[in-house]
Amino acid sequence: MSVVTNTTTIGAIELPSRRNTELLLLVFAVVIPIFAYANVGLSIHGKLPPGMVAYGGGLAVLAGIAHLVVRRYAKYADPLLLPIATLLNGLGCVLIWRLDQSERLQNLAKRSFGHFSESAPRQMMYTAVAIALFAGVLLLLKDHRTLQRFTYISMAASLVLLILPVVPGLGADVFGAKIWISVGGFSIQPGEFAKIVIAIFFAGYLMVKRDALALASRRFMGLYLPRGRDLGPILMIWAMSLLVLVFENDLGTSLLFFGMFVIMLYVATERTSWIVIGLVMSVAGAGVVGATASHVKVRVNAWLDPFACYSKSGACEQVGQSIMSFGSGGVLGTGWGQGNSDLIGFAANSDFIFSTVGEELGLAGVMAFLLLYGLIIERGVRTALAARDPFGKLFAIGLSGAFALQIFVVAGGVMGLIPLTGMTMPFLASGGSSVLANWALIGILIRISDTARRPAPAPAPSPDSEMTQVVRPS
Amino acid sequence: MNKPLRRISIFCGLLVLALLIRTNWLQYVQAEELSTRKENRRVQIAQYATQRGNIIVAGGKAITGSDTTDGSDYKYKRTYIDGPLWAPVTGYASQAFGSTQLESLEDKILTGNDDRLFFDRTIGMFTGEKKAGGNVVTTLMPEAQQAAFDKLGTKTGAVAAIDPRTGAILALVSTPSYDPSSFAGNSKTDEKAWVELKDSAEKKLVNRALRETYPPGSTFKVVTAAAALEHGVVTDINAPTDTPEPFLLPTTKTPMVNHAKGCEKATLNFALQVSCNSVFANVADKVTKDKMLETAQKFGFNNDKIDTPVRAFASVYDKNMDRPSNSLSAIGQYNTAATPLQMAMVAAAVANDGKLMKPYMVDQLTAPNLDIIEKHEPQEMSRPLSPGNAQKLQQMMVNVVENENGTGGKAKISGVTVGGKTGTAQHGEKNAKRPYAWFISYAKTDKGSPVAVAVVIEDSEADREDISGGGLAAPVAKAVMEAVLKNQG
Repeated sequence: MSVVTNTTTIGAIELPSRRNTELLLLVFAVVIPIFAYANVGLSIHGKLPPGMVAYGGGLAVLAGIAHLVVRRYAKYADPLLLPIATLLNGLGCVLIWRLDQSERLQNLAKRSFGHFSESAPRQMMYTAVAIALFAGVLLLLKDHRTLQRFTYISMAASLVLLILPVVPGLGADVFGAKIWISVGGFSIQPGEFAKIVIAIFFAGYLMVKRDALALASRRFMGLYLPRGRDLGPILMIWAMSLLVLVFENDLGTSLLFFGMFVIMLYVATERTSWIVIGLVMSVAGAGVVGATASHVKVRVNAWLDPFACYSKSGACEQVGQSIMSFGSGGVLGTGWGQGNSDLIGFAANSDFIFSTVGEELGLAGVMAFLLLYGLIIERGVRTALAARDPFGKLFAIGLSGAFALQIFVVAGGVMGLIPLTGMTMPFLASGGSSVLANWALIGILIRISDTARRPAPAPAPSPDSEMTQVVRPS
Repeated sequence: MNKPLRRISIFCGLLVLALLIRTNWLQYVQAEELSTRKENRRVQIAQYATQRGNIIVAGGKAITGSDTTDGSDYKYKRTYIDGPLWAPVTGYASQAFGSTQLESLEDKILTGNDDRLFFDRTIGMFTGEKKAGGNVVTTLMPEAQQAAFDKLGTKTGAVAAIDPRTGAILALVSTPSYDPSSFAGNSKTDEKAWVELKDSAEKKLVNRALRETYPPGSTFKVVTAAAALEHGVVTDINAPTDTPEPFLLPTTKTPMVNHAKGCEKATLNFALQVSCNSVFANVADKVTKDKMLETAQKFGFNNDKIDTPVRAFASVYDKNMDRPSNSLSAIGQYNTAATPLQMAMVAAAVANDGKLMKPYMVDQLTAPNLDIIEKHEPQEMSRPLSPGNAQKLQQMMVNVVENENGTGGKAKISGVTVGGKTGTAQHGEKNAKRPYAWFISYAKTDKGSPVAVAVVIEDSEADREDISGGGLAAPVAKAVMEAVLKNQG
């Protein structure tokens, strides 16, 4: 008599694929933004928006394609990731369309650039490209472990991506942050893609070096300090993230990279000392930068008391406007299209798009959005837990940790919880690079979760098994 | 690797939790404070997002309106009908420069945000009606207002007229005035108009009837006379007082200057009629400062909470001064200062047989559909005089107007009993500046007194006491009283 035990995370039993759950959730993820779209049209123009069929149909088709690709190429993937990303992206388009209708922003654009162009159609186009990229990831990346081969290429690639914006003639200085490059009329933010590429490097490097880092270390003042040759790349990354910050005025990306690296290091080595070292290093880095870089100082002051320097500093005005947006929204919000979050100005549909959620959907809406992001993170961490190979575990936790940090840094910044860093809310903010990169990220997580949840191949029947079985007294 | 993974998941959870706590803090705990901050332009945007209700004067005529604008921030703009005439009543509501007076105080009714309009708003939500503002119905009488405004003409001055029986304010004029329409929007021209007004030497934005205090000069002698009668210093107004000529200010060697003749041992009645300074300085000294203060405060002096609902500045009768200063104060000099409204209240209290009614100018607040949501009930404020003493004082004030030697002859109206008192207040260093001309008066018919009025004119050309009050200010008061009498008769 055999005892069936199922103590591992991934059992040998046939798992339900959950594809129909995903489809049902996707229906909601498409219907809710359509209602939101109708709602904005009714409140701003008093009639249903003309593009409603096209918009709803477009979103449904994109979601359908994504679903079919997942159904065909990642059968056992996590069923929540795709619907949540679709919902956020759909609502993001509605938010951008809503801000496009703002006369205030239209006038501002006309004054500053001489013309106004709508962001929502572009965002829809980017979404379509992003879904294609998502499908491409699933089609081409049959097994995430193939990425291990690109460990050092990834490092080089991420360095190149990070440095591109400071290359003369290629980089574009947009509102003080040199994080853009423009190629043939399109501007992209290489940092968004570097986030994924560098996670590949970290995962590959740490998988190989984890034992050396964890064990070959000397104990010093209660901390386990690794050998210099193992520590080298870590210091390099730390220095690199600082350089990114200093040369590109990009506080967020450097924080993101460093945080992601510390998380992955800690997971790989299981040594708490890394957290301590990481914290000490980031505090030291932040101290140096805070004391030297003037634009960081401005942002810290804006964070400490936005209303003290409200009329004097643009940074204060933005943060002040943003938190007033949240405050004016109150518990239930003003309703789609009825707020005045466009008072924030030109960054209303990018860095500060979450303020529109705060004002028009209120506390209830903001919490719902945060929980949706929380769910994506949770599914990512769960994928890491379930992954059967260290590379997959590290890669998944790296991506989800970075995602969590990004949410925290962006939302915390616009809500005045931490100094503003100028990153964008994934899926919501207007901008092609962000949408593309985050859909690629979801694609990779789906691929890892598919591998993780795929039933293990049934072990070949062994003729010896009967003989080696331990006979327990019953 | 699963143990650190679980810890990282807790860490990520904490990050999200921190955000959740922060949003609750911002949107629940701090929401009220943030949404009403002065930096928050939404407050003004909401103020001008719907058609504002109107301020209406007696007879049902609206003196305000609303216009749509093509600016993106504010949909409606305030307009004013006869702006300069009514500016002291309405104040202004400007998209760019805030709002004052009734526009500011009754903002919630005018924008329709008042809690008492909640039901209307809820109904409107279902019937699809647009949110509209309620109306503020004032007690102001257009004829009286117009008469005062026309008579003041280009002179700098103010008029306040009250119905003594109820305290209803009938006229409130301040000149030179301004047109609140000229800067109601937020365009460049509005800004230019605003800056010009703000910096104008004539202080056009000041509501002189409520917000400017002047030395009341001889008109304050009515208060001194009331104190003398109430505190028993004088019982017979036709008995001679023991005032010498010259009268030296108590404890000093400074003689009190008289412009009038025949003040030695003059009766109180005669002293008011020709405006003897020495008699009132003498009487006030006998009343003593504390009792003078008591009576003055009963008339409303030193009260900084006279809300009509627009708050009038506190008129002053100094609480801490020595004996000679008390005598000077009793003739409306030294630190004594009064708003035109305050002096109208003095005349009103005398005319209403000693009972002072609380002045008010908002009669009703109505919903957009004209349902009354609040109606003012006349309230008694105090009783500075007994009815008997009030009648004695009335007799004295009538003498000022009716007697051929009286200083207020120009306020005489045939067929109606008119009581008054002139005043010329010197001010400035060594009284070098041109004096203010004052006149307070009331008219009385057999149905009681329908109007008491105070007029002050700055920058009068005349240099001799009482001539200017009687010559310049009295005709203005007469015109206002006639307008009210005509309207009521």
